[in-house]
Amino acid sequence: MSTVEILSKQEYKYGFVTDIESDVIPRGLTEDTIRLIAAKKNEPDWMLEFRLKAYRHWLTMTEPTHWPNISYPKIDYQDVIYYSAPKQKAVKASLDEVDPELLKTFEKLGIPLTEQKQLAGVAVDAIFDSVSVATTYKEKLKKHGVIFCSFTEAIKDYPDLIKKYLGSVVPTNDNFFAALNSAVFSDGSFCFIPKGVRCPMELSTYFRINNSESGQFERTLIVAEEGAYVSYLEGCTAPKFDKNQLHAAVVELVALDDAQIKYSTVQNWYAGDENGVGGIYNFVTKRGKCAGKNSKISWTQVETGSAITWKYPSCILQGDNSIGEFYSVALTNHAQQADTGTKMIHLGKNTRSTIISKGIAAGKSNNSYRGLVKVMPKAENARNYTQCDSMLIGSNCGANTFPYIEVMNNSSNVEHEASTSKISEEQLFYLQQRGISQEDAVSLIINGFCKDVFLQLPMEFAVEATRLLGMKLEGSVG
Amino acid sequence: MVTEITTRNNSYREAYQVLQERTAPSGASWLQRLRANAFERFEELGFPSVRDEEWKYTNVAAIAKADFQKGVYAESSSRGSGAKELASFGSPETEASQLIFVNGKLRSDLSSVSGLPAEVVALDLSQAIQDERYSEIVRTNLARHADYIANGFTALNTAFISDGAFVYIPKGVVVETPIQLLFISDGAGVNAASFPRVLLVAAENSSATLIESYVSTHDSAYFTNAVVEVALKSGARLEHYKVQRESQAAFHVATTQADLGPNSTYDSTTITFGARLSRHDFSVTMDHEGVECWVDGLYLVTDDQHTDTHSVIDHRQPHCTSHQLYKGILDGKSRAVFNGKVFVRHDAQKTDAMQTNKNLLLSNEARVDTKPQLEILADDVKCAHGAAVGQIDEDELFYLATRGIHPDLARNLLTYGFAEEVIGKIKVDSIRAQLDAAVLNRLNARLEA
Repeated sequence: MSTVEILSKQEYKYGFVTDIESDVIPRGLTEDTIRLIAAKKNEPDWMLEFRLKAYRHWLTMTEPTHWPNISYPKIDYQDVIYYSAPKQKAVKASLDEVDPELLKTFEKLGIPLTEQKQLAGVAVDAIFDSVSVATTYKEKLKKHGVIFCSFTEAIKDYPDLIKKYLGSVVPTNDNFFAALNSAVFSDGSFCFIPKGVRCPMELSTYFRINNSESGQFERTLIVAEEGAYVSYLEGCTAPKFDKNQLHAAVVELVALDDAQIKYSTVQNWYAGDENGVGGIYNFVTKRGKCAGKNSKISWTQVETGSAITWKYPSCILQGDNSIGEFYSVALTNHAQQADTGTKMIHLGKNTRSTIISKGIAAGKSNNSYRGLVKVMPKAENARNYTQCDSMLIGSNCGANTFPYIEVMNNSSNVEHEASTSKISEEQLFYLQQRGISQEDAVSLIINGFCKDVFLQLPMEFAVEATRLLGMKLEGSVG
Repeated sequence: MVTEITTRNNSYREAYQVLQERTAPSGASWLQRLRANAFERFEELGFPSVRDEEWKYTNVAAIAKADFQKGVYAESSSRGSGAKELASFGSPETEASQLIFVNGKLRSDLSSVSGLPAEVVALDLSQAIQDERYSEIVRTNLARHADYIANGFTALNTAFISDGAFVYIPKGVVVETPIQLLFISDGAGVNAASFPRVLLVAAENSSATLIESYVSTHDSAYFTNAVVEVALKSGARLEHYKVQRESQAAFHVATTQADLGPNSTYDSTTITFGARLSRHDFSVTMDHEGVECWVDGLYLVTDDQHTDTHSVIDHRQPHCTSHQLYKGILDGKSRAVFNGKVFVRHDAQKTDAMQTNKNLLLSNEARVDTKPQLEILADDVKCAHGAAVGQIDEDELFYLATRGIHPDLARNLLTYGFAEEVIGKIKVDSIRAQLDAAVLNRLNARLEA
């Protein structure tokens, strides 16, 4: 038997459930459900209209099941709970009023929210099931003019900004899951960086699913005005349930002239057990628009969790000289399935994009890269470089590459390269005879394989990602 | 939309029934059944639409709408293309080893296989079916390789199997002389359709070269729907050239399926110059160990031409090697589609697969859609693919300019060199020279314009 053989027995350490009383609405989805969600959140009429429009369109759409390289039993959308919120005092003037049980939960997840323990240099919006429970460093950010708050607050406090930008990048009728999200989204984060401001700290949202029956539908909107800069992090975990749960989020980024947005994700939803029972269906639409000249949007993702990942963080490069980047590590183990990649749509002149994707498949998992590079006729001198490498561990997994390249002018250069490799016995042997244990050797090789992507992550996340990858494959060498 | 196309499909029914009735008295019953099944399947499938992922970039509505069926059995030579003119399309190397088809029908007066070893068989497919020496080989191979269940065009061709070529290389025979199958459309009749069908079986340890050419004498609109089946037995070797130089108004839809036996070698080169719309579904299956194959091609298109290559290289067993290099040169408002799938199945350990697609855009209105695709289910493999779309390198132009070469000329030189990587592979001198000349002519015409 080969030395490189996946026997990963590592427990998912975020799989606990918080015992907290929740405000849960009945299962199912009708216009009344949407009205109920809107009512619970005291939303203005225009918001309800937005939701209903999306819902009516959603009814006419069909689930994209034929083209992604994933398979799952049919989802009964009437069997999902669309809103679940932990019961707590209505208004939380300060963090001291947040239910201690919730604070404890986030502390356990490594995200302390209480003032004295807050992560230095990172502002966190903590989202528990359907609602945001706390946002840290709000005051400090406000001094710089940066708005960072939950979506619910944003609708109340900054309706003009929301009206202007919500749905401007991902329209309500964009795709099946985006339409569903637009109809029922419950909360999320809103960031606004005004003209010329460099956000003084990293912003971050931490998503936690707790209720076993509910789906999570959150929405993130980040707007960087002229010359602004922000680095945003996203993390997520969920308890272990043997039932699949739906997570359908929408993320919209808007970068105006000379603005830069850096968006990093470490996705560690519960992935189901070895046999593929349970786990999150992560069906997410993420898209950024480089609306202004010289703007830049950079996506970095480390995808290790979820039973199924269906996610294509994209960039619309509209402004001249704008830049789109996508750095991704997708690790699948056991029965996980991932169909992930990116879209780079070149519209403006001299637009540039870089795609670096590293896929690692182990166990019985299936890992696909699917990407689109589209260069429109007016995107003169557009440039794209794509590299996607796959690594297979064991012979029961699959690695696939589906790059779509569409070029419509002759001044552009598009390059795509892909390769597939495995951890060779020779590499392992070499490291072992230098006194490095087998597990460390595997971890070393894999981290080397992913280095191009990890280098893009903010410090704290890079450490976390390296550790996470090691943990996910721990005990993998027999 | 769907209904409309289906009703139009039905107008092929008449021609199909004529064929079935005409061949019923003498024809083999299995063939009648095969045609019937295929036609039924065609009626179910109809012509593909752009909503079908496999046809996303190629719209065949023009084929579905045109009344090609009327000319299914257009009699040849109504325009009086002389035998001499037709024969001039042949190559000196294959004078005594070629079958010439005009509008899909074999012209035995122009064909000759006297230059081939006596045991090698190259004859009309319908004759082979009648001949008891070959009928068994034909029956067990025909339509057993090219699947008509999934592809409407393959089904349509299968429903019209009648004339075509059957080539059989017996065990251990090495054929030095290349064999040419020349399909000529002479513009007879309006909207003629032809359904060339080729079956090549190469028995154990045999070796041969096959040239499959499509040309036309007139610049008219017609429809060629070809299916080529290649079966290589253990240790067989085949060099396969396909040269598609249909008229600039023609539609060319072809399927090539090669099933490769243990330790066989298959080297194919596909050159696409012609047709207003061309589509090639090329599938190579390696269901045995030790196979090595090359699946190379060049497409050179201009004006309103649209060319589409969908290839599938299927590694099903261990220790197989595949190489694929497809290059494209696009000018005018032309469009090229390349979709190359490489499958490495679960058991196919030690696979070595390399795939490259490179495109050169000469005009600002040309468009390329390329999708090299890898699906790998085995871990101990070496697989890589690359795709590039770009222009001639400024540094290379500069280098030539410093040597006193005019930039326009330098551009042509570099473009020619780009094409040469594929054309240079062709070992039949006259064909290579012909293609070289065709590339240079096009480039020179560009220079003059």
